[in-house]
Amino acid sequence: MPDRHDAEKDLRRKESLLPPEEITLQGLRDSRVAPEDVTIRRRTLEAQAERAVAEGYPQLARNFRRAAELTAVPGDTLLVLYEKLRPRRSTHGELLALSQEIIARYDAPETGAYIREAAEAYLRKGLLRMD
Amino acid sequence: MERSKRFEVRSRRPVNLDTFVAEDPDLGLVAMDSPNDPMPSLTLVRGRIVEMDGCDEADFDTIDRYIATHAIDRGMAEEAMATPSLDLARRLVDITTPRIELIRLLSGCTPAKLCQIMSHLNVVEMMMALQKMRARRTPGNQAHVTNWRENPVLMAADAAEAALRGFDELETTCRVARMAPFNALALLIGSQTGRGGVLTQCAVEEALNLRLGLKGLTTYAETLSVYGTDDSLRDGDDTPWSKGLLASAYASRGIKIRFTSGTGSETLMGYEEGKSMLYLEARCLMLAKGAGAQGVQNGAISCVALTGALPQGVRAILAENLIAAALGLEVASGNDAMSSHSDMRKTAKLMLQFLPGTDFVTSGYSSMPRRDNMFGGGNFDAEDLDDWMAIQRDMRVNAGIFPITEDQAIAVRRHAGKAMQAVFAALGFPAIGDGEIEAAALAYHSDDMPERDLVADIDAAQAFLDGPLTALDVANALDAAGFADVAANVLAMQRVRVVGDYLQPAAVLDAEFVAKSAFSDRNDYLGPGTGYRVEGEAWARLSAIPQQRTAADMVPLTSGNAGVRLVPRGTATEGDDPTEVVLGLGPAFADGLDRTLCGLTHGEALAAIGEGVAAQGLQLRVVRIHDTADCGLIGWQAARLAGSGIGIGLQSKGTTVITRKGLAPLNNLELFSQAPLLSREAYVQIGANAASHALGHPPMPVPVRVDNMSRLRLIVHAMLMHKREIAAVDASAAGENLEVLPHA
Repeated sequence: MPDRHDAEKDLRRKESLLPPEEITLQGLRDSRVAPEDVTIRRRTLEAQAERAVAEGYPQLARNFRRAAELTAVPGDTLLVLYEKLRPRRSTHGELLALSQEIIARYDAPETGAYIREAAEAYLRKGLLRMD
Repeated sequence: MERSKRFEVRSRRPVNLDTFVAEDPDLGLVAMDSPNDPMPSLTLVRGRIVEMDGCDEADFDTIDRYIATHAIDRGMAEEAMATPSLDLARRLVDITTPRIELIRLLSGCTPAKLCQIMSHLNVVEMMMALQKMRARRTPGNQAHVTNWRENPVLMAADAAEAALRGFDELETTCRVARMAPFNALALLIGSQTGRGGVLTQCAVEEALNLRLGLKGLTTYAETLSVYGTDDSLRDGDDTPWSKGLLASAYASRGIKIRFTSGTGSETLMGYEEGKSMLYLEARCLMLAKGAGAQGVQNGAISCVALTGALPQGVRAILAENLIAAALGLEVASGNDAMSSHSDMRKTAKLMLQFLPGTDFVTSGYSSMPRRDNMFGGGNFDAEDLDDWMAIQRDMRVNAGIFPITEDQAIAVRRHAGKAMQAVFAALGFPAIGDGEIEAAALAYHSDDMPERDLVADIDAAQAFLDGPLTALDVANALDAAGFADVAANVLAMQRVRVVGDYLQPAAVLDAEFVAKSAFSDRNDYLGPGTGYRVEGEAWARLSAIPQQRTAADMVPLTSGNAGVRLVPRGTATEGDDPTEVVLGLGPAFADGLDRTLCGLTHGEALAAIGEGVAAQGLQLRVVRIHDTADCGLIGWQAARLAGSGIGIGLQSKGTTVITRKGLAPLNNLELFSQAPLLSREAYVQIGANAASHALGHPPMPVPVRVDNMSRLRLIVHAMLMHKREIAAVDASAAGENLEVLPHA
């Protein structure tokens, strides 16, 4: 049973199949609940996104869809992604490559497009790293 | 310089320790409506925003670009921008226009348009609008829980008490960053001891913040600060895109986030571009919305004293809360940082959010004393709780904090301390002694706690963070040590993360761990009879503050110890002895009631009057008046019976009158209406004065203490005693002579 620490180090995070209603004290006593069972899943976030659309919250829905994609990204990589989007951390090319990599490796088209959009904006406003 | 003594006294009042600065738009010293603010405008070409608020697309800064791309609903923009701002302002206040319709319409507005709408609203209208636009139907509140010594036992105890008091969210931070894992752990265990479902966060830098969340120790974060100009945003080392990605990163781990912004921050950082604070805040809020944040904490936050120093600064702060709500965002509405030296000014500002209700009335009520507040001191703290409770009860308002008894507080604090002790023992952390638990149960602040080895705690906290243990191990340890209730709650906080409902706008969890959000607990306010009403159990709890007493408790039935025995000696008739003064007593005097409002036994009051009369060489006849409880009429009847024509009326609560036969019933010679102030000396002088009136001598002044608060303090007692006196009235019974005997 891998603990979460290891799961976070996986290239692609694995998703638990344990239904939430089985996360009970008895389940914990019987060692049927592991750390990866108590993390949110891609499909759950996609469903929350659908709910947000239905309620008239399109921006929140887009955030949830990006989050759904990011469930596959390990924690350390998440922080690297954030760091690379901060001002003057990346060149235009690096951001475009990052966008491609995220799309390809994690099946994350919306996040990839978001990074590409940032690359264009950074290019116009001097937010890229100057080598 | 000429000095008025009144101005001099006022100059020393707390309000005059506050700073007030004149508007100076070029320095960014303008709360709303700066002459440098743009006029609202929007140009769409084939669905693309090519101009916004007077700025062409080519000249957009990054925030403009982000707002134009992500925040503005281009399908609504033409209608929204074509609607006069005054019309939109009126619809915000109009009780027949539902919230959802306004959210839809305002989603097409630019930042300048939103500000122009706000300019049409006075604060009462903004409060009306906020009541309707708040995302969640049920208002809530957030507490700060920290302590100077970073004592984990005290932190858990404080968290438990705050949770029991009804706070929906608890926020901690740390003085020493490496203590964060223990602070987060203490907050989790404490909160889930007090009330299952309370969300917790530990405000630290993002990487650490995420790691705490991944361990299952925290469930939300509000560290995502944004600013309204490019330069200030860059000063914060972020761009709209980096913040947006961070928001998604938190959501990908099932962690609720809200952005933080607020008027004044850009001015403080020196990058406000001469714009009004509100205009820049409107940009922040649209950025937050564009990023897909479910909500914000705003309301000047830590810059409140800067915005508040300006003309209409407090109005602008309410306007920023309202803009956020109008954009559909959850609002944790400030009131956390110190806003004034003046309690009156502080409370007045608070009412703007307290009365309409917001998703979180404060962004952090300091649940401990100010010196233990590691957020820089709380605007309202542990010492103000009873005032808060009284105001909620006065106005039938739920501002998110519920009264508990001292016993309940001590018990839950002790329980949390014991739970911490069990977890620390099971996970091999530095031991928690019984003495620490007892100290935390009863503590005022962290100085009351026994010293802990901070170095050992920090080392253990760091090892905990770096090691494999998670909240599941915490739940296991609690369960094994017999804290199944707390264990189940800690585990349920892990389960809600899988479900994700608490990521919805304005979500909090009820005691059954069900999310109450803008989706599931919709604010449906549409005027009187709709929306959230303080009813049922909430009102029962809010109204029953522990200080509340029952009437029977305040004015007990006779203890049988009136300090005197009064024996009836036949019907009282008119006397003819000119040396006789008659004292008329109320129907319940020493017969159902025992003491005056001043606290004298009836025997003491009677003896004092007798002493005063005797000192002038006259006689006192004591008569019980049965057919009235009115002081004037009791005296009037006594005077009618008195051979001297001078009567004294004495009610059971101690109110006294001296009158003369022949005067109209409501007229009198001397009236002593302030019973709480009538001491033994006063009654002696009243007796002497009555005798003086009979002898034709001038009366002397009766010594009466001046106490302006006595009416305030005793008006309920007075009313209850009078009610008792009235109940003892027998309308058909004649006055009765009494023999005064010492108490048996």
